[in-house]
Amino acid sequence: MSDATAPAIALSGIAKAFGPVQAIRNASLTVARGEIHALMGENGAGKSTLMRVLAGMFRPDGGTAHVEGADVTGWDTADAIAAGVGMVHQHFMLVPTLTVAENVMLGREMTRGVALDRAGAEAAVRALCEKTGLVVDPARKVADLSVGEAQRVEILKVLFRGARILILDEPTAVLSPPEVQELWRVLRTLRANGGTVVLITHKLDEVIDISDTITVMRAGETVGRMATAGTTPADIARAMVGRDVALAQRVDTGVTVAPRATPRLEVRDLCVAGAERAQAVDHLTFSVQAGEIFGIAGVEGNGQTELIEALAGLRRADAGSILLDGQPITACTVSERIDRGLAHVPEDRHLRGLVLDYAIADNLILGRQHQYAGTWNLDFARVGANAAKQVAAYDIRPADAQLPARALSGGNQQKIVIARELGGAQFPAVILAAQPTRGVDVGAIEFIHARLRAARDAGSAVVLVSADLTEVIALSTRVAVMYGGKIVTIVPGDAATPLELGPWMTGAMRAGAA
Amino acid sequence: MSGRAMRWDETLLPPLMALAIAAVVGDLLILAFGASPGHVFGLLFEGTWGNAYGFGQTLYKTTTLVCTGLAVAIPLRAGLFNIGAESQIAAGGFAAALAGLALPAGVPWPIAAVLCLLAAAIGGGLVAAVPGALRAKFGASEVIVTIMLNFIVLAFLNWVVAAKLHVPESLHTPEIATGGVPRFADFISIFHGSAANVTLFVALALAAKMWWYLFRTKQGYELRAVGLQPEAAENGGVSLGRTWFQAMLIGGAIAGAGGINYVLGYKHYYEEGFATGSGYIGIAVALVGRNHPVGIVFAALLFATLSQGGLAVNAVVPKQLMDVLQAVVILAVAVCVPEVRRVLRAAGGRAA
Repeated sequence: MSDATAPAIALSGIAKAFGPVQAIRNASLTVARGEIHALMGENGAGKSTLMRVLAGMFRPDGGTAHVEGADVTGWDTADAIAAGVGMVHQHFMLVPTLTVAENVMLGREMTRGVALDRAGAEAAVRALCEKTGLVVDPARKVADLSVGEAQRVEILKVLFRGARILILDEPTAVLSPPEVQELWRVLRTLRANGGTVVLITHKLDEVIDISDTITVMRAGETVGRMATAGTTPADIARAMVGRDVALAQRVDTGVTVAPRATPRLEVRDLCVAGAERAQAVDHLTFSVQAGEIFGIAGVEGNGQTELIEALAGLRRADAGSILLDGQPITACTVSERIDRGLAHVPEDRHLRGLVLDYAIADNLILGRQHQYAGTWNLDFARVGANAAKQVAAYDIRPADAQLPARALSGGNQQKIVIARELGGAQFPAVILAAQPTRGVDVGAIEFIHARLRAARDAGSAVVLVSADLTEVIALSTRVAVMYGGKIVTIVPGDAATPLELGPWMTGAMRAGAA
Repeated sequence: MSGRAMRWDETLLPPLMALAIAAVVGDLLILAFGASPGHVFGLLFEGTWGNAYGFGQTLYKTTTLVCTGLAVAIPLRAGLFNIGAESQIAAGGFAAALAGLALPAGVPWPIAAVLCLLAAAIGGGLVAAVPGALRAKFGASEVIVTIMLNFIVLAFLNWVVAAKLHVPESLHTPEIATGGVPRFADFISIFHGSAANVTLFVALALAAKMWWYLFRTKQGYELRAVGLQPEAAENGGVSLGRTWFQAMLIGGAIAGAGGINYVLGYKHYYEEGFATGSGYIGIAVALVGRNHPVGIVFAALLFATLSQGGLAVNAVVPKQLMDVLQAVVILAVAVCVPEVRRVLRAAGGRAA
């Protein structure tokens, strides 16, 4: 059935709804054989959903899907694997206690009689590694691998099942710059061997780097298709958002407020235990001045989460002290820290940032509820007035404060969090902003960056943790790199480049002590 | 506040579907016994709502179930599954009886009744405080602890009554000297013989108070946030442990207060097993009532009707059929109501 001249993938007019939410309405995608095709769009544009339809995980409500000329509309994952379509998901699906080879052959185990053929599997995996350039030792346990290596195992797993069409969902979110380059090399090797790659991403520079062709999605529809050669990041951004946007650019990051005698935030010799490591934060010392954005770069999982949670009061500090405006807050509860002027934009708004089933109005007072209450009763008139003010000031849509937060898009949900944390009568003393623009559309990113800069200019001290290196560099007065729970280097923001920071992020370069 | 966040079709439809399923299954069971569903449901109605005595008995059972239903619902709103209302109400009834026995006969009954009610709330609250504290301090599963405490507390109460306090040839304590509250029959003679008493108004007042607490106060706002999303509540400065402890304490106190329905309102003594099963049916009441005080009042009325109705239909079909019907309602609710699935999954995950 397969037609040698047909495109690798031809999706036409695909629609898919989840309950009342129309995730994709009219999406069409054509991918030629042997190309690296970037599927671009803001979060929530429907990229992952469209690719899951292709991988057989969702049955579309409408439209047709063809792979190599054959009509495959509505197939399931087993069909997709059999036809050579494999998808690597954002969240890994590996068994940590098994070896690389065992994980790769899981589901199609190689056997000798009734016994597993471990040696055979390892040899097969090793051969595949050599062919593709995916370097990983098949005998190692997955639990011992770095995130980048685990991702290679995921790719190997898909290739081992004979995938000729590889779909990667936001593969670089967890990688350091050198690991990204490594991944690009592997993808180019696959392309050279006749493989087809679809790369889901919302990072503009990556697309320019690696792809041959770009398809842009917006609000569940495919809105543009262009050859990468001759396209600029600004063109793509315009297609993604539907208007001109200010891309994250470094502007006026110098300290403009009068210096204070004491730093607004001081961290001394802080040690924090994490879920996996006893010393997730390892004797950390730094301070942040008024009017400064202190950026923390680093590959995820190097202690950033534990550091922010310890600063916010959500995780116990095993040793060391935290001072806010010169006053120790190490022993303070979350609520006491909020009252002293500590604001926290959590890295995961669905988990810590919002009570998704609470109305927007109720979410806008979370953490400050005692300011709206007498002895017992909440003053709903004031809760409502606050909501009306914030919804207008932060352009939260839809502008109905009684809607549950769950009903809003990612960008608008994040605006609720930002409005709550930054939108008080005066800016907070210290702002902990963890991944403040993750999963947020380009328009909202612009807005959130502007608010952080405004807070900085009003004299707040901002600690910014982000997996997006461009964002850290664009906003920060100083950039610190965290590796293995320590700050391995601090560079001035205007001297920071991905090239400079990359080796520190991978641990390839280490200072004596932080 | 959560005006439009709570949609009527989403709120009412699942329990109504559950009832519809239960009605169909009930019809089939009645047919299987060779009786006519119309006839049986007619008898059921006649025996519960159709005459003053039956209605009084139904109201009496409703009173107990409103209390145990709230006792399950308040912790559930904070994300805890209180299986312990069964022993909490027993401890409450026992404490009320002890207080009533300790008070001199000269104390006017309204004052004595209030003191007994307080004793009952403290008794039930103490029993619930144990799992609350263990959960808050050590993360111990409140499901396991409340189940185990049911055995321990009920066995302990049986021992105390049997060894120290019982009236010879009986399983109950002596009658309290003061604190008994009026029955409806004292005002309206057609209720004669039924156990319905003014405790019903205490239960309804508690339901109203809990509506206010959950939806109008800062503590209620925090409690519901903890139940919906503990991580976000914690980030909002709410202490999870303290909220869990408070929720269990309130639940236990309300269950305990339910104990006066029997001790002050009906028999005027504590007797082993006076509220057997009401703690477990309280779970069903809370779930059918969707953890909402208003829903719980109606769900309590439903389960009380089925329970009382079992006696009325006994001549035609076995009265155990009504127990089966209650179980069918519970199962149907478990299938139809989304938060039940969530709670069961969470409880299972923690217990594992």
